[in-house]
Amino acid sequence: MNNVFRGFSAVFYKESLHIRRDFSTLFFSLIIPILQMFLLGYAIDTNVRQINTVIYNADGRRESRELLDRLKNSDTFHLVRYVNSDRDLNDAIISGKCRVGVKIPVDYSDRLLHQTGAQVLVLIDGSDSSVAGQAINVTTAIGLDESLRRVLANSDAAFPVEMRPKILFNPDSRSPNFFLPGLVAVLLLNVTTFLTAFSIVREKERGTLEQLFVTPVRPMGLLLGKLLPYLVIGFFELSMLLVAMRFLFGVPIHGSVLLLAFLSLPYIFVSLSLGILISSKATSQAHAMQLAFLTILPSIFFSGYIFPRETMPTFFYYLSYFVPAAYYINITRGIILRGAGWVHLWSDAVILFLMGAALLIIAARRFHNKIIMA
Amino acid sequence: MTSSTKASISAQHLVRRFGHFTAVNDVSFRVEKGEIFGFLGPNGSGKTTVIKMLTGLLPLSGGHAEVEGFDVTKDAEAVRENIGYMSQNFSLYTDLTVSENLTFYGRIYGLSNDHLRRRMDEIIQINGLGPYIHRLASQLSGGWKQRLALGCAMLHEPKLVFLDEPTAGIDPVARRQLWDLLFDLSGHGITFFVTTHYMDEAERCSHVAYIYFGQLIADGTPDSLRELPDVQPAGTLRIEITTPQVTRALRIAREIPGVRNATIFGQSIHALVDDHYDLNGLREELLKRNIVVAEIRPLAPSLEDVFVELTSQHQARQEAPRE
Repeated sequence: MNNVFRGFSAVFYKESLHIRRDFSTLFFSLIIPILQMFLLGYAIDTNVRQINTVIYNADGRRESRELLDRLKNSDTFHLVRYVNSDRDLNDAIISGKCRVGVKIPVDYSDRLLHQTGAQVLVLIDGSDSSVAGQAINVTTAIGLDESLRRVLANSDAAFPVEMRPKILFNPDSRSPNFFLPGLVAVLLLNVTTFLTAFSIVREKERGTLEQLFVTPVRPMGLLLGKLLPYLVIGFFELSMLLVAMRFLFGVPIHGSVLLLAFLSLPYIFVSLSLGILISSKATSQAHAMQLAFLTILPSIFFSGYIFPRETMPTFFYYLSYFVPAAYYINITRGIILRGAGWVHLWSDAVILFLMGAALLIIAARRFHNKIIMA
Repeated sequence: MTSSTKASISAQHLVRRFGHFTAVNDVSFRVEKGEIFGFLGPNGSGKTTVIKMLTGLLPLSGGHAEVEGFDVTKDAEAVRENIGYMSQNFSLYTDLTVSENLTFYGRIYGLSNDHLRRRMDEIIQINGLGPYIHRLASQLSGGWKQRLALGCAMLHEPKLVFLDEPTAGIDPVARRQLWDLLFDLSGHGITFFVTTHYMDEAERCSHVAYIYFGQLIADGTPDSLRELPDVQPAGTLRIEITTPQVTRALRIAREIPGVRNATIFGQSIHALVDDHYDLNGLREELLKRNIVVAEIRPLAPSLEDVFVELTSQHQARQEAPRE
């Protein structure tokens, strides 16, 4: 009689029926994340390539054309326009048609010949910091390389110091490899939180929740009975996302798929509990939707999905410790990209599980005290 | 202590406040086992709030209540085991079939498979749900939804069933059938706590109470209420005047000295008059004012008369001290 999980199997039975009956809603809530993955997976490329560049070559001799070829071959610049005045050079940047302008002065070749030091003006549109940063790095590097080549051309000496960077886990710096493991976390959160929040708020709207409170069903029995079917669905969604990521976007999974599946459970559990907590507060499905969005935004911006957590201002850095997606993104990137194992990731999983349990207990208390009925 | 001597519901000085608003103010009553208890009152007077307090949905702000011998505050779970509840909007899962709804509620109460099957057969037979068991609840008409909701509320054989406006929005035939069913079940010893707006339903109850803005102003059998001195004060007479001009007649009748109270009932007026009028005298008074009276006769008060009378007296008492 005094079973805190009382009513669990009955609620589980009923909830499974709801899901089966309302198959179209389920289908769309499962298929939409896959579509989102397509859009974002193909659209987002953080590598800066082919920056539109305007050239004012006042010199025009062989040396200057060689320099332009080097810019062209870097893959960073796309030479789209050639102009013949400083004014046109400026205008091309101001109008936004080009982000970088290169001016080779009229005496470039002469100065090289006389070894008096040639100067090349590079104008960079700073309105996009990653584009500007890349443009500075690449032009500086080309300049240095060009200088060294000329200095060393007449001797047999090798470069005294050579840096040989080796990128360990995503050697081609492919954006999908970096983005999709994070996107899986965000999309999964999206689906599971919405589904549970709606399933309980719907019962509030219909009045059946009140009916349930008059029966001996216990809050934990009710909540777990609601949560478990969606855990199965969340898990299924995760599999679909991983399959799409692996076979459509060709992101290799370096670690154990089984471990990834296992460590995903606490994350799905947190998302579902969050949905339940939202439902204890929300009075209508529209209200639940607003609250769910409120939780999804931090998961996008403070989880490290887009912006690295380490570069955040202190306050937001500490805030990110409370964002479940931050831990899960560490798990997905860890297993998928770095081939991390249980030893590296168990603490993230434990934290996620504790967060989920805490949210669920808070929600159960709210249900027990009938705060939600007020 | 034998449970048969205990009341089904014993409510003492119930109080429920929402902020500064007192929704239920010092309400006490007792419902005996096997009674059909009609709980009446205008909308917003606190009927549903009282039900929610007795079923453990709302904590009490004051007072004490026992349901089937269990304290609603301390032993809410035991209370829930023993009661059924059917809310105003029937609260069914409309995307589940009739049998799935019943199965769900049976499992909630922890009935074993055999027990559940037996009870479902009984409920389906009593409520006549047989032809519909595989139909979705959303496809049932109002009357059948209500029968299914009642079935769900009674599956676990509760001793007491709360029905919050069970007949609102139901056609008259279904309404009649529900009441026949309630009488039948109450014959088997089940207690019913029913709220309603319909006076004809109130007349069918074995015990009625009337709540008015949070206060209980009447409590007893329909017959005992009719005989209350407040309803039928000494030296007064309750009469029914039938006339083709009811609306005008009402306005005029209220101006005649000695007419204490008058209300329209269909084609007639129910009035409480000083008994120094005889019926013919009154007929002449009206004729003098150009009202042709078809029939005038003495009348036993209906429950509606009782509640109208008690309400107006209650209002008068409430306003008096302020002046």
